[in-house]
Amino acid sequence: MSKYILRRLMLMIPVLIGVTFLVYFIISLTPGDPAAMILGNGATEEAVVQLREDMGLNDPVIVQYGNYMKDLFTGDMGTSYSTGKAVSGEIGQRFPNTFKLTVSAIILSVLISIPIGVVSATRQYSLFDNVGMIVALVGISMPSFWVGLILIIAFSLNLGWFPSGGMDGIMSLILPAFTLAIASTASITRTTRSSMLEVIRQDYIDTAKAKGVSANVVIRKHALKNALIPAITVIGLEFGVLLGGAVLTETVFSWPGIGRLMVESIQRKDTPMVLGCIIVFAVAFSLVNLLIDILYSFIDPRIKANYK
Amino acid sequence: MSAKVETLSAEELLKTKKRSQSADVWKRLKRSKTAVLGIVLIAMFLGMALFAPVIADYEGEALKLNVKERLEGPSANHIFGTDEFGRDIFARVVYGTRISLFVGIISVSIALSIGGFLGAIAGYYGGKIDNAIMRVLDVILAVPTILLAITIVASLGASMMNLMIAVGISNIPGFARIVRASVLSVKDQEFIEAAKAIGAKDHIIIMKHVLPNSMAPIIVYATLKVATAIMATASLSFIGLGVQPPTPEWGSMLAGGRAYIRDQMYIVMYPGLAIVLTVLSLNLIGDGLRDALDPKLK
Repeated sequence: MSKYILRRLMLMIPVLIGVTFLVYFIISLTPGDPAAMILGNGATEEAVVQLREDMGLNDPVIVQYGNYMKDLFTGDMGTSYSTGKAVSGEIGQRFPNTFKLTVSAIILSVLISIPIGVVSATRQYSLFDNVGMIVALVGISMPSFWVGLILIIAFSLNLGWFPSGGMDGIMSLILPAFTLAIASTASITRTTRSSMLEVIRQDYIDTAKAKGVSANVVIRKHALKNALIPAITVIGLEFGVLLGGAVLTETVFSWPGIGRLMVESIQRKDTPMVLGCIIVFAVAFSLVNLLIDILYSFIDPRIKANYK
Repeated sequence: MSAKVETLSAEELLKTKKRSQSADVWKRLKRSKTAVLGIVLIAMFLGMALFAPVIADYEGEALKLNVKERLEGPSANHIFGTDEFGRDIFARVVYGTRISLFVGIISVSIALSIGGFLGAIAGYYGGKIDNAIMRVLDVILAVPTILLAITIVASLGASMMNLMIAVGISNIPGFARIVRASVLSVKDQEFIEAAKAIGAKDHIIIMKHVLPNSMAPIIVYATLKVATAIMATASLSFIGLGVQPPTPEWGSMLAGGRAYIRDQMYIVMYPGLAIVLTVLSLNLIGDGLRDALDPKLK
């Protein structure tokens, strides 16, 4: 087992190097001279040239990337162009908020979607199933930022139950977490349903039923356990969608996370901050997928057996 | 003489078979009520996009500032009301259809052509080429799609062109994977071997024999991806990184109307509904197509 985890961790390294390089390269295409931007309009030509040299902006991109990575390993992500503070400090402060939001959303989606998916599958083509699947499809088709606005109108401006934005206690978490959860709830429901449908047609389900195992136990122990694997894959993939959705949801609800930080930094042309945010997002996404892969081996003994 | 007659009839036979195949899919697609609903909806939006100039006046209603009539609720004159600049929201929603469908289709075409090319090569040749291409694409996949698109636009600058490039590029790995899988599923079949045996060149085999026979999953995927591309377009425009105002784009209309939701909720209602219905219709068609093309469900 530990061999498997180690192998997976090793495989992650080249991907992470690739990701950081890709992102660094894309961001380095940004037009404009950061040195001139930092120094402002009054700066002399010489000062700009000097700063460019000091910042290493005259080096080839690959050298700049190397230096960036060297610093990154010591936890240094550079300094913000607009505030002059350390990027890592700002991100460190904001990251827990994004973490809180996305984890609440994923827990919410799993709690709603798995039971609905299971019931839909066991009662295929029933009213519950039909309505459930239509609602799920509509859920996938709704942009999160729009849902957020509608929820603000309904529950905050009209009913006054929740605050319309900001981060202040558990009440302020509910609307953004729900907004963020909608799309992933819908797609996890659909996947759970279709994989359950496949599993309950297997012979071993008939065998279990024939043995006289109660319908409940058959669904829970024999069917759901096997149907969970595709569902978990989707949960991992949905986490990526969720991180992207966090950018929008945080913007709508003025949630002080790294998604909003990234949007603000893009508007301020604060390149090191944008770079830091996107790298944190990508690393978080890779880690979650690693976690999911490890989770598989706990759920599916066949995978574990491969690495004994 | 008799040989000529025979080849003709064989060709004819092939033709009828081909026609009946797509007719068959169409027949099964029509059986699904939800797919038909999707087709009707998307036909409506396509009609709106095509006949936008007949439905509403671009310069006069969708763009012209009219401070006297700003923030008016829905009325006979402005059935969806007016926005913060007094522009007719209905006209803007109608013209927004053009932008959304255009950007959605073009960005998927970019992703399909580049991703399809890479996927076909990776699947057909296999081995080292396959490995190299797929590892590079794995790296792109490690960044969530919408975040990659945001990064690209942030660096290239916000415009409709860059938006299409960004959404297109970030969808390349998905298309490469699906095309590769389709190619792998047909490349070892006998008719490919036969084509190789008569000395057909690789690119001819890929274009004429492999791809046409592995189209089904690609069509389904592309349909669903136009839906997500439209969603991505609206999302990026919402945070100011897509189509720029005053161009009527649904996402940027929502961003503009955000400040007025307390008293004028209709401002964000209609552009949002337009996004939901367009995306929904494509998802319905995609789902319907998947079932119709699935030989197991025949």
